[in-house]
Amino acid sequence: MSDVVYRKPVQYNDAVVKKFVIATMFWGVVAFLVGVVIASQLAWPSLNLGLSFTNFGRLRPVHTSGAIFAFGGSALFGTSFYIVQRTCRARLFGGEAMANFIFWGYQFFIVMAALSYVMGYSQGQEYAEPEWHLDLWLTVVWVCYGIVFIGTVMMREEPHIYVANWFFMAFILTIAVLHLGNNLAMPVSLFTAKSYNVASGVQNAMIQWWYGHNAVGFFLTAGFLGMMYYFIPKASGRPVYSYRISIVHFWSLVFMYIWAGPHHLHWTALPDWTQTLGMAFSIMLWMPSWGGMINGIMTLSGAWDKLRTDPGLRFSVTAVGFYGMATFEGPVMSIRDVNALSHYTDWGIGHVHSGALGWVAFITFGALYYLIPVLWKREGLYSTKLASWHFWIATLGIVFYITSMWVAGIMQGLMWRAYDAFGFLQYSFSESVNAVHPYYVIRMLGGVLFLSGMLIMVYNMIMTVRSPSTARRAAVPADIAMAGV
Amino acid sequence: MFIRHETIEKNAFLMLILTLLVISIGGIVEVIPLFTIETTVEHVTGVRPYTPLESRGRDIYVREGCYTCHSQMIRALRDEVERYGHYSIAAESMYDHPFQWGSKRIGPDLARVGGKYSNDWHYAHLINAQSVVPESLMPHYAFLADTRLDLDDLTKRLKAQRAVGVPYTDEQIANAQADARTQTDTNADQKALLKRYPKAVAVGTGGTITEMDALIAYLQVLGTMVDFADPANENLRQ
Repeated sequence: MSDVVYRKPVQYNDAVVKKFVIATMFWGVVAFLVGVVIASQLAWPSLNLGLSFTNFGRLRPVHTSGAIFAFGGSALFGTSFYIVQRTCRARLFGGEAMANFIFWGYQFFIVMAALSYVMGYSQGQEYAEPEWHLDLWLTVVWVCYGIVFIGTVMMREEPHIYVANWFFMAFILTIAVLHLGNNLAMPVSLFTAKSYNVASGVQNAMIQWWYGHNAVGFFLTAGFLGMMYYFIPKASGRPVYSYRISIVHFWSLVFMYIWAGPHHLHWTALPDWTQTLGMAFSIMLWMPSWGGMINGIMTLSGAWDKLRTDPGLRFSVTAVGFYGMATFEGPVMSIRDVNALSHYTDWGIGHVHSGALGWVAFITFGALYYLIPVLWKREGLYSTKLASWHFWIATLGIVFYITSMWVAGIMQGLMWRAYDAFGFLQYSFSESVNAVHPYYVIRMLGGVLFLSGMLIMVYNMIMTVRSPSTARRAAVPADIAMAGV
Repeated sequence: MFIRHETIEKNAFLMLILTLLVISIGGIVEVIPLFTIETTVEHVTGVRPYTPLESRGRDIYVREGCYTCHSQMIRALRDEVERYGHYSIAAESMYDHPFQWGSKRIGPDLARVGGKYSNDWHYAHLINAQSVVPESLMPHYAFLADTRLDLDDLTKRLKAQRAVGVPYTDEQIANAQADARTQTDTNADQKALLKRYPKAVAVGTGGTITEMDALIAYLQVLGTMVDFADPANENLRQ
């Protein structure tokens, strides 16, 4: 017994994690609901209602920011705070007040951003719509986030920094750089919520997609990979498949992603050399992405049977599958000649959603199904059956969504470039609009399915929290509980 | 020299510095040269700052999120050039803060929509797009015609743009209000306005200046500034 290391138990700050978990579910419902609304507007334009604040152009940023920053962001804050404390064996740095400031400060940002879009304030750059004063506010919150997270890593008891935390640190750091770089703007006045970006035209375009694609690369990928590297080993009870792949995966991913932005600007007025660089790195990016996918999926070696019994793990693993699919599709679409067909069409929308629904949302659901019983100290989920229902309904929703968008997108691309026997363009633009109508309806149904799955989860989670606590049984003296660990 | 990864993963500070280094390279290589290489933005004649009214129209275009459905970038592809006109060149958006190239065409490209339709067509189309294009998915923007255009901070807006590099002259800024009024009255003498801003299209017939007027003025100038038939711009011709 002499070699049993006695460690004082750490009191983790789980209160802030719980808050972010609740916020994740709330914003998930909101973001998916607004998604269904704007998908319906595209199928039946009269649903725009002709009011300034209900028109598609103002609601679309509410949906994108809601999904990425509100739903995804809350999930990232919550899980990163949970993971960093446990993998470092340290309580969250900065104390209760700082953690709560980050929570409420970020929620305030989200609400203000959404309100400002519908009221008609926008910088007019995708995924960076909030005006300058909100950008400043987010900077303050983000710096606090960085201090708390990195501070916790610095205070760690474990000698090594766990791989999930590498990804979280890269995510926090890079998002800060991107946010500052893309939002440099000149306000009209101190009291006007209107500004003009410092860059213009082609340079502005390049900076925007340097930002935009790395919002995908670091917010929606690196951060969520941090989640993957913690929750999949945890839920499956197996160690990460390969330490070596983790290292190669991490450094190659963070190095290459930054270069990929110009594939959003193929055949445009961006110089050819930049386009070619962007394309080359986008194709190379396939490898680290799949390295990460393999590392995630192979972690289940010897524990595949758990997929039958643990619906949370099923979400996580399917998420990694979708990640693999989306990160193959991405490089294909970044090839200039494929992009000539796919760009400006709904194929891009489908691609984004196989990533956003299949990867981001599913890995989040997996994490939430794991976290909620643990955080609220419950025996398990209220109903694994409902979780299974959620899984299949949501998966079906994604299939509806991405297949309809593939068909619609490729059809648009082909119709726009079709020539008739006399050498004239065969179709007017409006004919292509007409042709995609059925697929817009199918897409909307896919969204309804995905939203329904989400509502099932919310119900399941509420019932789980309301079920009897197991806390009393675990309340043996801390010294005894820790001694054998 | 071979550094064990263990060294990095035991030192948060080192890991952050190395990460920062690694993520900086791509951005530096792709962004900085666009500001320094002279041929990035073509030297053409005709591209000018937007008139005060067009600029306000552009603000409305940005505010309403028109870029979520319309691109302003004709790619150098045969079918696009035939459908929309000469492919877009970088110089044409050099005064666009922010750029509005867009990424999705739920509606058609607008880079060269200027002059293709009459003011009246735009008016009818913005009020109720389906009345002129039955297949259209576009929301109705009738409220723009009922909203008085706020011109109070017009000079501030132009000055903010000048601060980020749009070459508005003192004369243009001093005449901003007058120019906006002139451009919204087709009966007014357009000579001074056209001297300051060639090819500006007058909209409306005086009276209350609405947001609709500004937006139409902006749409009508899109893609018309560069004269691709001008021999001075010959090297850009296809």
